[in-house]
This record gives sequence, C-alpha cells and structure tokens, in this order.
Amino acid sequence: MNRETKGTIIKVSGPLVVAEGMTNARMYDVVRVSEKNLVGEIIELRGNKASIQVYEDTQGLGPGEPVETTGQPLSVELGPGMIEAIYDGVQRPLDAIMGLAGNLITRGLYVPGLNREKKWNFQPKVKAGDRVVAGDILGTVQETTLVEHRIMVPPGMQGEIVSIEPGSFTVTDVIAELRDGEKTHHLTMMQRWPVRKARPYKEKLMPIIPLITGQRVIDALFPIGKGGTACVPGPFGAGKTVVQHQLAKWADAEIVVFVGCGERGNEMTDVLLEFPELKDPRSGEPLMKRTILVANTSNMPVAAREASMYTGITMAEYFRDMGYSVAIMADSTSRWAEALREMSGRLEEMPGEEGYPAYLPTRIAEYYERAGRVVCLGSDNRIGAVSAIGAVSPPGGDLSDPVVQATLKVVKVFWSLEDKLAYERHFPAINWLTSYSLYHDHLRSFFEQEVAADWTNLRLEAMALLQKEAELKEIARLVGLDALSPSDRLVLETARSIREDFLHQNAFHEIDSYASFSKQYKMLMIIMHFHRASVEALGQDTSIEEIARLPVREEIGRMRYIGEQELDKLESLRKRAVEQVKALTEKAEAEV
Amino acid sequence: MVKEYRTIREIVGPLVLVGETSGVKYDELVELELPSGEIRRGKTLEVSGDTALVQLFEGATGVNVSNCKVRFLGRGLELGVSRDVLGRVFDGMGRPIDGGPSVIPEKRLNINGSPINPYARAYPSEFIQTGISAIDGLNTLVRGQKLPIFSGFGLPHPELAAQIARQATVRGTGEQFAVVFGAMGITFEEAEYFISDFKRTGAIDRAVLFVNLANDPAIERIAAPRMALTAAEYLAFDLNMHVLVILTDMTNYCEALREISAARKEVPGRRGYPGYLYTDLSTVYERAGRLKTSSGSITQIPVISMPEDDKTHPIPDLTGYITEGQIILDRPLHRKGIYPPINVLPSLSRLRDKGIGRGKTREDHADVSNQLFAAYARGKEVQELAVILGEAALSKEDKAFYKFADVFEDKFVRQGHDENRTIEETIELGWRLLTLLPKSELKRIRQEYIDKYYPEKVEVS
Ligand SMILES: Nc1ncnc2c1ncn2[C@@H]1O[C@H](COP(=O)(O)OP(=O)(O)OP(=O)(O)O)[C@@H](O)[C@H]1O
Ligand SMILES: [Mg+2]
Repeated sequence: MNRETKGTIIKVSGPLVVAEGMTNARMYDVVRVSEKNLVGEIIELRGNKASIQVYEDTQGLGPGEPVETTGQPLSVELGPGMIEAIYDGVQRPLDAIMGLAGNLITRGLYVPGLNREKKWNFQPKVKAGDRVVAGDILGTVQETTLVEHRIMVPPGMQGEIVSIEPGSFTVTDVIAELRDGEKTHHLTMMQRWPVRKARPYKEKLMPIIPLITGQRVIDALFPIGKGGTACVPGPFGAGKTVVQHQLAKWADAEIVVFVGCGERGNEMTDVLLEFPELKDPRSGEPLMKRTILVANTSNMPVAAREASMYTGITMAEYFRDMGYSVAIMADSTSRWAEALREMSGRLEEMPGEEGYPAYLPTRIAEYYERAGRVVCLGSDNRIGAVSAIGAVSPPGGDLSDPVVQATLKVVKVFWSLEDKLAYERHFPAINWLTSYSLYHDHLRSFFEQEVAADWTNLRLEAMALLQKEAELKEIARLVGLDALSPSDRLVLETARSIREDFLHQNAFHEIDSYASFSKQYKMLMIIMHFHRASVEALGQDTSIEEIARLPVREEIGRMRYIGEQELDKLESLRKRAVEQVKALTEKAEAEV
Repeated sequence: MVKEYRTIREIVGPLVLVGETSGVKYDELVELELPSGEIRRGKTLEVSGDTALVQLFEGATGVNVSNCKVRFLGRGLELGVSRDVLGRVFDGMGRPIDGGPSVIPEKRLNINGSPINPYARAYPSEFIQTGISAIDGLNTLVRGQKLPIFSGFGLPHPELAAQIARQATVRGTGEQFAVVFGAMGITFEEAEYFISDFKRTGAIDRAVLFVNLANDPAIERIAAPRMALTAAEYLAFDLNMHVLVILTDMTNYCEALREISAARKEVPGRRGYPGYLYTDLSTVYERAGRLKTSSGSITQIPVISMPEDDKTHPIPDLTGYITEGQIILDRPLHRKGIYPPINVLPSLSRLRDKGIGRGKTREDHADVSNQLFAAYARGKEVQELAVILGEAALSKEDKAFYKFADVFEDKFVRQGHDENRTIEETIELGWRLLTLLPKSELKRIRQEYIDKYYPEKVEVS
C-alpha cells in the first residue's frame, strides 16, 4: 500500500504523541510508534501533524523517534475463537499475552485477536452454484457447546459460490470462493471490521420481547426489551457491578459481551473463575460458553480503555448479525468518558461541562444507537438483537453529572441505585420510585400472553402500594404511626412485604440469585392476594395486629428460597395465606 | 556519558522547564544539581521539540535558572530491593533514614510497576482475622484485598491501622504478615506512634517503612506510595510473602498531585483536583492482589482523611470507586466513646462473601452478618423516628430494634485496643444480640441455621 507514511515524533505527553511528516495519514488510522512498536491511533490531524493516542505506556518515548501508519483503521477480527476469550481494549487476548510476558502486561506485544493455529470444523450451508448476498450464511462452526458460529458473507459482497468444502480449517484458510462478475473473492472464516463504525443491517425494529434477567425488581417493575438500552447509575458500592454480573449470568441472551472498562482487575478474575462453574439455567451448560470478556482495567493504558467499548460492541453486533440475541454490559461508561476527557485535555480542546469534551453526548448517543432489534443482512431476514446496558459512576453519586445526563437522554431504562438502600443492605439497591422503564407498553402483550393475563395489573397494583407507602411515611413522620387508619397501616405492611420479600434479592444466595418469570409471578401474586384478603378482613372487624401476627407472614418472608423445581409449594402457600386471613374474619364473626 | 544541560528556562512551583534538549524521553528520571552540589530528582512530564518539562520529586527551594545543572538519566525512578529492606526505615524517596547502611540491592525496580494482567490474577478468598468484630463479622477483610479506612481529622485511624497490622492473621496458619508502611505527610507523633508500636510488638523485624513527614516537601509524597508498593511487590511476588501495606494519608498524596496539576495550568476537575485523579489512584490501589503463579499476596489498607468528613469529596469518592470496599470511621460514635468508631452501615467489604462461610469461617456467617446489618439499619431508623415522635409512640417491635441498635454499638462494635476476638467469638456475639429481636424478624437467616445456632436462654443487656 502506497498510502503508508512515516513520520517523526515531536512531542510526548502521557498517552498523547504528536508526530510530524504525516501528510498522507488518515483520521483514525492505526499507527506503530517508535522502535518499541507501540500501537496507537490518529485522533487529530492538522497540516502534517498527527495527534496519536497510544494504547500502551509511553514511558521512554521521545522526539525524533519514528511513527508509521498502517493505513488501516482500528479494527477487530471477527470469527470463531472469540467466545470464552478475554481481551484487552484493543482485542489482544490476555491469556496469550500472559503466555508471552508473564504476570505483568508489558509493551510492544502483538498477538492477533483470533488464534491462527486452531482448526475449526466447518459445515457448509450453501453449495457451488448458489447465489448469495451479504449476510447469507455460508456454513457453521460449533464454536462451543452453546454457540453455533454462523459464517456469513461479509457486508458489501455478493455473487455466485464457485467452490465450498466442509472440513477442518483455521480462520485464515480459504473456505469458499465467491465470484462477483469479474472479481473472485477468497473467503475465510474471519472478517475484519473497524470498531468505530456500526455494522450494517436491513431494518431496525421495536423491542417487543423482554430480556429475562431473573432479577425480580428488573423483570417485574423495570424490564428491558431484547434490543433495548438501559443504564445503571449509582455511587460507589451501590451495586452496579453486581447488577451487571447478574445480568451477564442469568439474562436469557444467547451471547454475552462483558466490557470491564476502567474498573477493577479482580472483578474480571471473578468472572473468569465463576462463569465456567455456573450453569446456564436453560441449557445446563457453563455460562462461559456464551461469554466474551473485554478487560481494560483502571490501571491499564487509558487510550485502550477508550477503545474497549467499541471493541465490545462491534463483537456484539457481529453475533447479532448471525441472528442471535446478544447482551453487552459496559462497566463503567464513566471511565470511558473520563478517558475521552483526558485525551481531549491533552489535545487542548475547549472543555465543556466538568471538563468533558463538547462531543461527549454525541459519542454516548452513538454508542447506544448501536443497540437494537434488527432484521439482519442476508436473504432469510433473520432477526437479531443487541441489548446494551451501561453502568455510570457519577462523582459522589450525583445524577446531575454530564455522563449520567447524556446517557439518560438516550437510554430507555433507568435503574437508579441508591446508597441509602445499599447501606440497609437492600439489594439490588434499585430505587423503586425513581427508576423507570419505557418498554412497558411494547412488552405488555408478551407479558400478558406468555406470563399471565393479570401480570400488568399485579405490577400496577404493587407499584401503587409502593407510591402510597412513600406518602404515608411522610405523614407518619409528622403525626406518628398511630394516627394512620388501619387500612393505611395495612398499606405499609404490604409495601414492606413487597420490598423485603419480593424486591430484595440476594445475588449470592444459590437459589435466590435467579427467579424465573413463573416464580416471580407466583411470589407477587401471594403478596397481592394476601393483601386483598386482608383489605376485606379489615372491613369485617379484624385488626391489623392480628393480620400482622399470622404465622403465614413468616413463610412469605422465606418464599424466595423455594427452588425452581418446587414452585407448586408457592401455590399452596398462596392458598394458606388467603385461608389464614379468612379464618380471622370467621373468628371475628363467631365472636360477634 | 550523560549530557548535562544548563538551560533551565522556567521554574513554576515543582515544575522546571529545560530548553535546548535532545534525545530526552517521556517519564525519564532527571537529576538537578544545585550550585552547592546537592542533587534533587525529578521526572519528565512532557517532551516537546527541544524542551522538556520536569516535575521535581523534591522541593524546588534553592533551584535557580542560571546555575543549576540538569541531567537526564535514561531510565525511570527506581528502588533497589533485597530481603534486607525488612526492618528498615526509608524516606519518601527510598533513602535510609534509620542510621543504618544503604541496602545492597538484589535488583532495581521501576517504581511505576506494570499493570497486572487480569488473567494472571488469582481471586482473593482467604479470610484474614483482624480480631475486630466490626470488620471480621460484617466487613470481612481477605488476603489480596484493598480496603481503605475513611477517617477524619482527630479520629483514631492510626490506632485502628496499627491494631490491624498487629493482629491480622490468616486462620489456621498462624502466619503473620510482613508490613509495608508508607507515610505521606503525617505528623512526627503519628509516625512515631506506628514505629514504636511496631517495635513494641516485634513487628518491626518484618516491616519496611517509607516515611514522608508533614514538614517534608509536599512534592516528595508523589513517590512514597509507589516506593512502598514496589517493595511490597518484591516481597510478595518474588519472595512469596504475605504483605500488608498501610498507606497513610492518601489525602496528602492527592494534594501534592493537585499542586502539580495547578502548576501545569491543567483544566481542573472537581474541587481543583486533576481529571486524571481516578486513573492515577488506580495505579496505586490496583497494585494489590494475588497471582496464580505466586503464593504471596498484597493486602492494601490505605488511610484517607475525608476533608470535612465528607464522603463525596473527590478523594474518598474516587478511592471508593477503585477499592474493594471501605471501613468508615464515624464522628458521632467516636464522641460516644466507642472504639473503634466504625460505622458499619456505609462500610463495606466487597470481597466478604468470597472469604467467609463453610470451611473458611462458619456456615452461618453470611446470614448472621446480613441480619445484623438489616437489624442495625432498622434500629437506627427507629431511633431517628423516635427523636421526632418520642419513644412512647413506638410499637413493641420498634422498641426492640431501638434497643438492639444501642446494644450492638456498645457490645459488638466497641472493643479494646488490644482485644483480639476470634471469628467464632464474633459470630456468637452476633447471635446473642439477635435474641433481642422477635425470632420471626430474623428473615435473612436460613431456618436450618436458626435451628442449629439460635442460642438458648441468654442474658444480653
Ligand atoms: N444483589 C445483591 N445481593 C447481595 N449483595 C449485593 C447485591 N448487590 C450489591 N451487593 C453488595 O454490594 C457490594 C458492592 O456492589 P458493586 O461492586 O456492584 O458496587 P458498584 O456500584 O459496582 O461500585 P463501584 O462503582 O465502586 O464499582 C457487593 O460487593 C456486594 O457486597
Ligand atoms: Mg463496580
């Protein structure tokens, strides 16, 4: 390629390197910096000067050293071998890096994203003579027990299959020849895609199926649709990472991409150790068999942290293109925004709010726009989805933070974590009054058909009680509990039960960690039916104290520990709850 | 031959601009020779064309534009390490200040270290018994964790940190920790307190101290924590020791960082601290943990004094975002005369659940701990309510929680400076306190544990 240019470093300031003599370089081209062969990316061009963000530590670089562009934008390799991998922010496999460099991440190491030696068993789905278009599935590779990797015609290509063979191939072996008029394409199982560019699809659709997470407060009160977007803001220690780990574990997505963006090393280790041990509740296979990790921890180079979110979402889109439902978690988008801010500061750009660059909201919107339920490329019109969930870590938990505000403008679900709830060890510490989901209407028919006809009503009834509780507590604060009427006291009792027995969920309890829809529905029904029966009983001379003392209350407090295999116990518990209240009324009547 | 420059152009605070340079590298160690022959050290913060911006590690007093010599050494700031660092006291730049000979290094290590590959980490999961109930029972520390103490001026964090250093053991092994102590800008009295406590208990033989005092130049605080961690990494991962690192006070470190940032006229972040404070702190705190390939470990206990006791101040805030929990000291508890004044509610150990339970502490530990939290939280809430409504207005249940909260502070949180409780004692104590509540309120504890552990008739008051 003759566009390659060599330049010379004139300035080094932290992760920013400026080089001159780069007349022919392009924005976002990847460059090799100095003899140490560090990887960087051009983020600003002025005349013949290029500003480069370097993905590795720049200690020891100085003016006069060479810079060379590769003429390629920052890209990821897409093909078999990504599942179960752990990558850094620019798709270097960290296990291979450890093999080369040991415990610490040193510089100038180059390892490709996909293993070049490993052979995969390829089964064609088309034959010579077939006409195919971009997105059509050429064949499949069983990548893990959970994931069938569908090898697709790359975007922008089409034509007639000249040859295609089953067999065992590496990702660089040619598996098919495709003739498009004069041109012949030699297709391998690997595609490359520039990370900052969204992968194409035919059409975007509304999310109408919930992403089932097994987390009661989410599924029942603030659900996210498959292909939807959600954010989890909260102060430190409020539970953002646990929520995202819970989703990565239990959500009914077919592929999970977890991006540890500027967060703790141990949290990634945790996933690496735990996911192979945990079984997917639907297939019984280890969860790791559907998971890709991107780990650019806080102490790893800040520019690669900026890239990590794009690396993650590009991989997510690629699996979406196969027709899968993919969920991507980014923990934490604030660290990504801070990386942007740091580079922007070094470029001496005009700072916007809190020093963040003025284009921060645009970047955030672009990221979440890459989520969605879509009709994929390819003649079969299959449907795929990327659901994107991002943690936000505002300073002091203050929601007026620019990153939170820009995120709330684009995402449709807001799970607001509150430190006060976390202190009380009410987990997940999602505030039930301020959080919201804008997907209720889209998901309504799914819930009513697949879960239960009265699901929406139960939910609304429970929400109304929680609202009422907040008002009553205000009043009680002023005038005392005794001043409340028995029916108001009952509202407080039931609302407490909704909070403590339903919304509260212990992520670390082997059974409580996950609740199917059917369990959630039955649990909520027990609380609400108990409530309805109690309302009636109050009208018939039963006292609130008697209701509160019923032995079944204790059982309701423990219903969360009933396993998925014994859900019929919940049905008998519901009956018992209603009967015990009825018995009180009968007793009251008998006494009269 | 290292080239010498006499081309200082500007001195602004701790920053020195050197002109007409060539071949200078980013983040390179710099020596500045004063006319008196005295040597100050610094590093290059930025190199641009033929100028280099140098940040001093040592004060700029006496440096002048016309007759200082500058040398660029072609490497970063290093610490010479060997097993003989144990038992020694150094200044913030790694020079001995205990009157002993200099250490003959086995190797020299760049104090910046390199990031640990997340794939190379082993997960911290071994319970450390500190003997302090509020920590062991509720906010458990594990080997390889970074758990800061958030404190305030005048609160007893030195006592608590020293007590942890003295008592910490991994159960069943009886093995004690090597202690690396990094002091940044603390008073002479405070430093003396630690040193004499280490001497009194014999811990000094397995300790290394890096001490920068309040009257030392602020700028020297930048290197001190990295010196300490470099020594710790050597002891832990080369010599396979279990190392406890105490860094006090990180607030002083951050202030030195702010000073440099201000001198560079960078766009300030919140309250004048640089926008990269999070990233900078992470390169300190993330140097804790365990590795798959080594049996050693680094457990970090940084001490942060919160300006105005404000947890949302950028220093504690960003620290909390990086560390694996926090132990929060509380002024009202301190005023009540409770030592250690740990407010357990906002305190947290995120690694607790990996370090406790069957085979590690006791099977009922997590449940008891969750129940104590919930009950204490409710008790505190009731106490607040009672202030408004009067105690008489409380229900019978609420009164039980009210009392529970008081007894919990008095019996569970409070303990002596030398009182070293085993984890069994702590859990049993928890159970005894829970008998103050109606049994039906113990919703966070599994029935089987209630059946097995609920104490028969006890007297608590
Ligand atoms: N659902 C849950 N069940 C039980 N414990 C929880 C739950 N959610 C959070 N926790 C507790 O809260 C702690 C902090 O949660 P987490 O690490 O997710 O916080 P975070 O919001 O990600 O904080 P940071 O911003 O500092 O990363 C966990 O270590 C755990 O002890
Ligand atoms: Mg987190």
